[in-house]
Amino acid sequence: MPTITFTQPDGSEQVLQVADGTTLMRAAVSNGVDGIVGECGGQAMCATCHVYVRPEYARSLPEITEDEDEMLDCTTAARTDASRLGCQVAVGPTLGAIVVDVPADQV
Amino acid sequence: MDAGVVIVGGGQAGLQSADSLRSAGYGGKITVVAGEPELPYQRPPLSKDFLAPGTEASPLPLRGEAFFTDKDILLLRGIAATAIDRPCRNVSLDDGTTLDYGHLVLATGTRNRTLDCAGARLAGIHYLRTLADARALHAALPAARNVVVIGAGFIGLEFAAAARARGCNTTVLEFAPRPMGRALTPVMGDWFAGAHARLGIGLKLSEGIERFEAGPDGRVAVAVSTTGARHLADLVVVGIGVLPNDELAAVAGLETGNGIRVDGCLRTSDPAILAVGDCANFPHPRSGERIRLESVQNATDQARHAARTIMAGAAERPEAAPYAELPWFWSTQGPYRLQMAGLANPGDDTLVLGDPAAAKFSVLCFRDGLLAAVESVNLPADHLAARKLLAGSARISRLEASAQGFTLKAAARAMAPV
Repeated sequence: MPTITFTQPDGSEQVLQVADGTTLMRAAVSNGVDGIVGECGGQAMCATCHVYVRPEYARSLPEITEDEDEMLDCTTAARTDASRLGCQVAVGPTLGAIVVDVPADQV
Repeated sequence: MDAGVVIVGGGQAGLQSADSLRSAGYGGKITVVAGEPELPYQRPPLSKDFLAPGTEASPLPLRGEAFFTDKDILLLRGIAATAIDRPCRNVSLDDGTTLDYGHLVLATGTRNRTLDCAGARLAGIHYLRTLADARALHAALPAARNVVVIGAGFIGLEFAAAARARGCNTTVLEFAPRPMGRALTPVMGDWFAGAHARLGIGLKLSEGIERFEAGPDGRVAVAVSTTGARHLADLVVVGIGVLPNDELAAVAGLETGNGIRVDGCLRTSDPAILAVGDCANFPHPRSGERIRLESVQNATDQARHAARTIMAGAAERPEAAPYAELPWFWSTQGPYRLQMAGLANPGDDTLVLGDPAAAKFSVLCFRDGLLAAVESVNLPADHLAARKLLAGSARISRLEASAQGFTLKAAARAMAPV
């Protein structure tokens, strides 16, 4: 099973094992990971599932769509090259493990 | 000692109220009374991703189980509030118990309007609101061939697009002359009428439902419309709007009328009781009128505001800043992503930017000469710029927006940072 590691601003980690096809947002919301809200239900509408993906996983990520790109310009915490919306990144055969940092603020 | 906060309703507004109270440092008892048996879940995907072919029907929780224990929030599932005793400040539940409250938050939401025409109770006729409704539809869709949708609102058209994408013959009956007529400008409504026709959906406007007829198996077989037309139907979905759940408030003597009436701080006529989300009828400072909105944005933003009201002890401070967030909405209908910022009025002066033929355009709505709302199709940049412009103090005139080279994004970027 793929694993997702969420790192909080205080350095604490939560490692989740999830089924193929699970998005970072769904995994976080279902498992009570602090700081991931997912207010719009994964429609790339609210930018409350913003995460910073560690650079070593960047190559395995899906491309950023226009919707996500525009939404990332509206995040509460500053956008960086590592910014993604958790609802647009799913783990699976091409992304068996990922480590992301949760920003301090989403709303 | 404060008796705590009781929240009636386990939807987006109810859970956000609990979350925001804890985040703001509220240390008292918080109880959420959720009427449905499931762990509270997101409704919007039920009429979108949840119905797509091949997807596993698994709901998206609003918060995980751990949230409730971590935040010390008591979640009562499958239990309904039956009465409010305002002098004693307690709520009666249908399991025979009562809960005392210091503040009560009503986040009771809405329920579906139902049809009462002949045949309206036949098997095969569905509504779409709850997880149970969505599961029933998910199970019925693979065998459906002829689908009839009653009502061309957001839910009806989202479902129609999903049914069409599965290859069903899909007909939508709408008694009004335009789809989504209550929410959209005529120009956008007309565009969607054409777009659904191109998807192969039979959108019948100015044609309501007269009655349903059963087949030999006793299930629905035909939908007969107000024009006398007979539409084959082995699966029917009714999406004719909702009614606010304001009876609990009304029986308790709170002011109601198209929802539970609240002030700018979201307090009802009893300052210990607040109402938020789909059930709340509130004064909107942008229009000066009382309105009631059905959306995720309205539910969560009002919940945050109500938490601030409670934390500020605003019962003694009626001058506290009124709720004034910009309303925004979205709907995904097949390949079309519709996003709305602000509330369009039927009388608005409109200007189309972009390319409707390519399904990438926005309709700008002007009121008293200034930009008041924007509807966008497949143009998230326009939508997000519009949200920024309309929430801020920008004043965009029609003349300015009509100039060569004008874009919402450039105008938003030119705004002074807030």
